[in-house]
Amino acid sequence: MKKVAYFPGCTLRTKAKDLDKYAKDSANALGFSLEEIENWQCCGGVFTTSKDEIATKLSSVRALAYAEKNNQILLTVCSACHNVIKQTDNAMRNDSEFASHVNNYLKDETYHGTARVMHYLEYLRDEVGFDNVAQKVVNSLKGVKIGAYYGCLLLRPNSVMQMDDPENPRIIEDLIKALGAEPVIYPYRNECCGGYVALEDAASAKKKSVSVLESAKQAGADIVVTACPLCKYNLEKNASDVKVVYFTELLAQALGVKGDENE
Amino acid sequence: MQRIGVFVCWCGSNIAGTVDVQAVSDALKNEPGVVFSTNYQYMCSQAGQDIIKQAIAEHKLTGIVVCSCSPRMHEATFRKTAAAAGLNPYMVEIANIREQCSWVHKDMATGTEKAIILGKAAVAKVNLNAPLTPGESPVTKRALVIGGGIAGIQTALDIAEAGFPVDIVEKKPTIGGKMAQLDKTFPTLDCAACILTPKMVDVAQNENIRIFSYSEIEEVGGFVGNFKVKIRKKARYVKEDICTGCGICTEKCPQKKVPNEFNMGMDNRRAVYIPFAQAVPKVATIDPNYCTMLKTGKCGICSKVCTAGAIDYTQKDEIIEENYGAIVAATGFNPISMDKFDEYAYNQSKDVITSLEFERLTNAAGPTAGKLLRPSDGKHPHTIVFVQCVGSRCAACAEKGKEYCSKICCMYTAKHAMLTRDKYPDTEVYVFYIDVRTPGKAFDEFYRRAVEEYGVHYIKGMVGKVFPEGDKLMVRASDLLANKQLNIQADLVVLAAAIEPDKSARSIATMLTASMDTNDFFTEAHPKLRPVESPTAGVFLSGTCQGPKDIPETVSQASAAAAKVIGLLAKDKLTGNPCVAQPNELMCNGCSSCERVCPYGAITYIDKEFRMPDRTTAIRRIATVNEAVCQGCGACTVACPSGAMDLKGFASAQIIAEVDAICK
Repeated sequence: MKKVAYFPGCTLRTKAKDLDKYAKDSANALGFSLEEIENWQCCGGVFTTSKDEIATKLSSVRALAYAEKNNQILLTVCSACHNVIKQTDNAMRNDSEFASHVNNYLKDETYHGTARVMHYLEYLRDEVGFDNVAQKVVNSLKGVKIGAYYGCLLLRPNSVMQMDDPENPRIIEDLIKALGAEPVIYPYRNECCGGYVALEDAASAKKKSVSVLESAKQAGADIVVTACPLCKYNLEKNASDVKVVYFTELLAQALGVKGDENE
Repeated sequence: MQRIGVFVCWCGSNIAGTVDVQAVSDALKNEPGVVFSTNYQYMCSQAGQDIIKQAIAEHKLTGIVVCSCSPRMHEATFRKTAAAAGLNPYMVEIANIREQCSWVHKDMATGTEKAIILGKAAVAKVNLNAPLTPGESPVTKRALVIGGGIAGIQTALDIAEAGFPVDIVEKKPTIGGKMAQLDKTFPTLDCAACILTPKMVDVAQNENIRIFSYSEIEEVGGFVGNFKVKIRKKARYVKEDICTGCGICTEKCPQKKVPNEFNMGMDNRRAVYIPFAQAVPKVATIDPNYCTMLKTGKCGICSKVCTAGAIDYTQKDEIIEENYGAIVAATGFNPISMDKFDEYAYNQSKDVITSLEFERLTNAAGPTAGKLLRPSDGKHPHTIVFVQCVGSRCAACAEKGKEYCSKICCMYTAKHAMLTRDKYPDTEVYVFYIDVRTPGKAFDEFYRRAVEEYGVHYIKGMVGKVFPEGDKLMVRASDLLANKQLNIQADLVVLAAAIEPDKSARSIATMLTASMDTNDFFTEAHPKLRPVESPTAGVFLSGTCQGPKDIPETVSQASAAAAKVIGLLAKDKLTGNPCVAQPNELMCNGCSSCERVCPYGAITYIDKEFRMPDRTTAIRRIATVNEAVCQGCGACTVACPSGAMDLKGFASAQIIAEVDAICK
């Protein structure tokens, strides 16, 4: 079975255990295994754009160095981790001054900008292929109307993330189609959920989350899927009658590896 | 050995103030080859020039050095003086002891020392100078204008008025360009067609102008005064000389579902079509991508209804070869694609349109006969949002937009907003802007009228997102002055898309060996002082192919380009610059390095027979320089790895001699 270096991220050990578990189970069903990298640490949660902020990026660089050394793809599943690691990778490749600073800190774990960071969704699209995913589906989600929720971190900034068109994406919709369900396109699918603003101005964050869910509901979605623990938290906190699940859970369900205890 | 005369100029106190001119002329007297040295208050004056002439005759001088101002200033003057005294003008060298010496030094001793060194360098060079004679080439008295929009039309008319024949090559079936699609023109609001179509008719009727419509440039060879151009006249399957433009075929053609590009695809035309009523030439064209007869061989209706018998399904592309003395690029612009601007929902909603589409919607000859109706449901819109700078001034989003300001959008958006409020006072009109830029005669007054008299809501801030909600468009935007987020329910959203050079410009520039900037606009020879000439001799620029421009500016530049062409065509012969590249055939190894760096396409390679030392002959590939095309930039002399390329008048040996003299 093909092994892929995997960076879970700290939320996946606490609030977002589902995201992690179903990612691993689905991978096994699809013929690859997620191998957690050694001694991973929290990605920092936010990519700081200040150029001299190095300490918070070291965790990402160590993960990248590990993947580079083992000549593996570095797979992420949380939108925030993916964003931080991908942007750090970009800084290490294109900002030589930053790269030499960082590598001076790390000594034995230096990174030279050759790892390939992929989000789980990208891996499904580009390595596994949505056609092959569709063939492995045992519980087709036929008839279920699902709204993909991208949030703000997964696709932006586009120049770095290079995953999909941030204003008119289709990668999650294509996955939904592969699982037999019906994707629902709604205007707020790539808007922010409120993010960390929930900590200091809950009312503002609520406004954002509610407008996302209202928009999805009006377009006819029964379920909203996301790749981001923070999005899921904000949306559920302000949930209406629309169910919010991780895309990996949906995948596991369709592949028949979800297990009965969660049904 | 040369007999050199040195003439040191005081330039009043400009030079003499910080340079001891007597010491300079005394010091240079002892340089090798110098037989005469003097100084005078104003060398460029008549009296000063007489001193030079007299010395040339008296001392039988073979070369002279003038220590004075920059050669940009008076080199031509002193060359003329030398020529008048019977000396080859290229035996004159200028030592610049003013701009590069007296003006930058405060200390007399330093200034004098440097002036002497600069003088010595010039003397060293003259010792190696050889007389040069400029070549002459004849001028073909015919001009080519590429592009038949308002720029090409104006240029062609002006050249033709001066009595020279002109050919316009236009790739579309008619001339007229973008201006023909516009409704009204700012700031006077006269109708575009009313002022353009008479000019189109003038072009058609002018005996000196030939129009090659539905034609493209295939190949350009030759050089200034003597270009050889191949033009591909595409098959339009209609005999141009027989078609009367009656239009019966365009009414009877059964293929009705062809998107009408003249109306920006907002309605359909037939497979055989005349783009618009005032087209020039008014001749039908069959679109081979849609014509059933051409695709399947079954139909032939247009041929049956044509009373003139002009339809010819067997027509082939035709190649026309013609010689030209000058070429004008007038290839124009297009709005950029909105495909990558999904935040404005251009591809998701029919009611999000570009400004050029808006022009067609308000044009009496457009798809709605001039009534402002929504493309989706044909209803009258009550709230319209205009978004400026869509893709312009967009450095952060270079992958989809343009870094530059498209210049015309502020004014046409003000026009659209004003005209909408004038015709439909029940409509609320919002304009979102970064800045409103309205320099130009009567331009700012025009914009103020839109705001103050017509009540258009101008809001500083950009639109972040547009999305369809029911049959409305939700516009989310920021009002930067009020520090508020706005949500506007609109019926129609109009995007002021950035403009970019026409896609054909790049290949045409390559054929013309004319340079372009990073945005594919043609580069001018000098941004301030030679704005309508390309750096390539004989190639001129007209209109938006050189940069974003409105109609008044385009017409000014078109006439300016015409004036330059007329100046060129008025000459019978062109005197070249003799300081051109010269390859040493024996040293050239045929590597093509020089050919690759030449910005003017002056270098070509030929196979030449050489006598070898052992009395055999061998064919070798060597560089040759077309002296009429070479501009003497010297790039090839640096690129040549074997040192075979030299620049006449600036030979490597001469430059080294100057350096040696300075460093001695």
